[in-house]
Amino acid sequence: MNEAAITPELIAKHGIKPDEFERICSILGREPNFTELGIFSVMWSEHCSYKNSKPELRKFPTTGPGVLVKAGEENAGVIDIGDGWAIAFKMESHNHPSAIEPFQGAATGVGGIIRDIFTMGARPVFSLNSLRFGPISGVDTEAILRNRRLFAGVVSGIAHYGNCIGIPTIGGEIYFDESYEGNPLVNVFCLGVLRHEEIARGGAVGVGNPVFYVGAETGRDGLAGAAFASRDLTEESKQDRPAVQVGDPFREKLLLEACLELLASGAVAGIQDMGAAGLTCSTCETASRAGTGVEIDLEKVPKREPGMTPYEIMLSESQERMLIIVTKGKEQTVCDIFEKWDLPYAEVGVVKDDGMMRVRVGAQVVAEIPAAKLADDAPIYSREASPQPAPEPLGTLSETDPLEALPALLGHPSIASKNWVYRQYDHMVRAGTCVLPGSDAAVFLVREAGKILAATSDCNALYCALDPREGAKIAVAEAARNLACSGARPLAVTDNLNFGNPYKPENFWQLRECVEGLAEASREFNTPVTGGNVSLYNQSPAGAIDPTPTVGMVGLIDQAAHITTQSFKGAGDAVLLLGELGTGLGGSHFAKVIHGLKAGTPPRLDYAKEKAVQQAVRSLIRMGLVRSAHDCSEGGLAVALAECCISGAEPVGADIDLTGLGTGRADELLFNESQSRIVISVRRENASAALALVQWQGVPAHRLGFTGSPHLRIKAGEREWPWPVKDLREKWWGAIRGWMEE
Amino acid sequence: MKAAVIRFPGSNCDQDCYHALKHDFGLETEYVWHKEASVEQFDLIVLPGGFSYGDYLRCGAIARYSPVMRSVAAEAERGKLVLGICNGFQILCEARLLPGALIRNRSLHFVCDHVLARIENFETAFSHAEVTKSDGKLLTARTGLLLRMPVAHGEGNYTADEPTLRELTRNKQVVLRYADALGAISEEANPNGSAENIAGITNRAGNVFGLMPHPERACDPLLGSEDGKLIFQSAIESATKWIR
Repeated sequence: MNEAAITPELIAKHGIKPDEFERICSILGREPNFTELGIFSVMWSEHCSYKNSKPELRKFPTTGPGVLVKAGEENAGVIDIGDGWAIAFKMESHNHPSAIEPFQGAATGVGGIIRDIFTMGARPVFSLNSLRFGPISGVDTEAILRNRRLFAGVVSGIAHYGNCIGIPTIGGEIYFDESYEGNPLVNVFCLGVLRHEEIARGGAVGVGNPVFYVGAETGRDGLAGAAFASRDLTEESKQDRPAVQVGDPFREKLLLEACLELLASGAVAGIQDMGAAGLTCSTCETASRAGTGVEIDLEKVPKREPGMTPYEIMLSESQERMLIIVTKGKEQTVCDIFEKWDLPYAEVGVVKDDGMMRVRVGAQVVAEIPAAKLADDAPIYSREASPQPAPEPLGTLSETDPLEALPALLGHPSIASKNWVYRQYDHMVRAGTCVLPGSDAAVFLVREAGKILAATSDCNALYCALDPREGAKIAVAEAARNLACSGARPLAVTDNLNFGNPYKPENFWQLRECVEGLAEASREFNTPVTGGNVSLYNQSPAGAIDPTPTVGMVGLIDQAAHITTQSFKGAGDAVLLLGELGTGLGGSHFAKVIHGLKAGTPPRLDYAKEKAVQQAVRSLIRMGLVRSAHDCSEGGLAVALAECCISGAEPVGADIDLTGLGTGRADELLFNESQSRIVISVRRENASAALALVQWQGVPAHRLGFTGSPHLRIKAGEREWPWPVKDLREKWWGAIRGWMEE
Repeated sequence: MKAAVIRFPGSNCDQDCYHALKHDFGLETEYVWHKEASVEQFDLIVLPGGFSYGDYLRCGAIARYSPVMRSVAAEAERGKLVLGICNGFQILCEARLLPGALIRNRSLHFVCDHVLARIENFETAFSHAEVTKSDGKLLTARTGLLLRMPVAHGEGNYTADEPTLRELTRNKQVVLRYADALGAISEEANPNGSAENIAGITNRAGNVFGLMPHPERACDPLLGSEDGKLIFQSAIESATKWIR
């Protein structure tokens, strides 16, 4: 076989640093050949090895009474939900592929995370996604048109894959900010359900067991995508389009059903999906986990086209493929099931006892690497970190009339209703969606388990940009608060850490600050981190993205009667605020949207206050007192109240009187984003009892007014601002459609 | 009395239909793989929603050639009840068991939402029943009754030539039309651009029914509606009568 000679240029082209190359040579006891160089380059890329983030990730709390499979142990963490049932969930990014090919990039992101879940033996039951783009509103500049194309492409890609495979996309978050221009974030979350005894493992156990390749044929698509994802995005990145994979949700649906059927048959000794770094990663990781070796013959691998080199086959990231270690003697079961589902399969190798990942083409060995060293011995770097400059002070803002500011905030795409998006996602398939997208958290009934789950993804990257540590803490707190508002108690967290190039000390500092903030807050809320994903090199020619540590949190709702949504339920209810009126506009959406300022000190989080307010709302919900609950986040109290009015099927107005509550300027009173605040509505006759109960728990609470009016009317002393709720709803409901279709 | 839920490769509402029939109605229900040759032993045949064959070529165009479809057609010919939901409706049209076709939504976007479908004919095998909801209230079929059910499709825009549409109306084969909250058949209430707001039709004989809304997602108050029960209850009652 004629392979390229190993030159310093070739090594550099693979993103391997000279010291890393030396390490490779010492592992092998010789120089690698071309195929081996390629294998090392993907396995030791940031995407697969976390070489720049591993020491940081160790700071996360990963254990807890309910943790059945820990972070990093397998493809996804597994958490106990009682009665012998468990959930597997994880979030992953597909930022780079989506930047240059939004439709396929996002679609294959969905496909990848779904595979991670059913690899665990779980049936995937719902997805969320957390998306970020450059601005889509305003004059049609070239940049804005491009942002809209990316946004539309990503949404259709997610819809295409999720709808076809039949896993509902039931929630998530979408933000628009200049820092994501040219480098959108596409973080997808999937959750699956399984019995404890059904947990599948990804180890190549049992020397002599046959190794099967199942699923789609290997093609030249997605070559070295993991390495591509571990570089900065530049003008030339478009030439990397072949590094973006092409997804086929129909194939994945068949693969999902066939694999679950096979797992149930008891023929599987180990299973691993082929995601990033494809065949390479799945063979060396399964061997490494089990302390065994795996030998495969590339001649037997189902291929889409002839003439593929070993390098291409090993580095291909073709989608919808799995590696299965079959219990010897059960080969026929695999054949029968994959014949039934009309899927390709092949016995490609065998588990060995020598710890080697050996790749043959017929009789010729083309790569031979100690599996554990390849999988786990990537160099670990502790990058240089230097603090970013303190945020610019916000200064004194010119006072703005809330009458105009509120509709402007509701019409900003980051705050506006995302119905244009979620109407394109099948969010009701699997017949379990109890709370439709658009409330504080998604709520899903898992019928086979008789369990009601709540899930949310959160991150206010504006706070993280100004104060990464505080922003990350708030991301966890807000997720937990959203779950509390839905009637749930939080169980665990998955995260997706999106940052810029870690070789820039300021970016690495942001990563470290955020990780420490997330870790601390996860401990405080007793929500272990069960896994997730790190995406670095999120840079466009304009610079790094705002640090975005997205938090996905899952909780359990004990009874159907506790399910609570954010919208007011009818006229005559009392509106209460749990928490304080707050001050300060630093890092607020008001400052950003109305004044164009990303500045100031973002709100602070006080754990004691936060936990108390969450506990208070949960106990009121459990007592059956709460008609609606909604947390105050972007846009502060005024936006929260407006959302309570307009997010139900029928708008319900409210008369709110803030006289005597809070001080200072009206815009600050209405739009500050102080933390630990929840707006609830209760029946009028229960208001006093609810207030007393909350105050008794040490949580400040205020009577704000009553529901039922064609207006949202807010009064503060002499001043009063009325907004017809119909108008607010129209503005909020139609804003994104307006920018995307008109 | 036994119901079959047919599984095509790519069906994804099969489990939801199975659950509704088996657990919400206590009916003996089985999955039938599309490669099976016969559904003769079943009294009610359900073609569930999904993306059979990934919607390649055209929705339902490949599934109609699945081995089981020959038996479905034969049983339909004998008068057995066949219910096609969403992709099942598309397959029934492709198989010519129902007239017309379902084409790309007018908006060109996939649409997932709750809609209201007005009962146009309450005397069909699929739309005549009375059911008791969880809160004890009765839901009684009548012309003009609005059923709240989810839709989720990219190709639900019902289309047929003029004579076919006239014939459907004349023969009272139109069972459901999209309507607004006041029951008006309006443009705004039409989620996909369907001709004459058609949401569901039967064949001439009345034993084959296709609809785009998902009754199986509307059988539980926790999911926001129980109106779908009326469709299943009607089908089950009719199938029982057919056996007798």
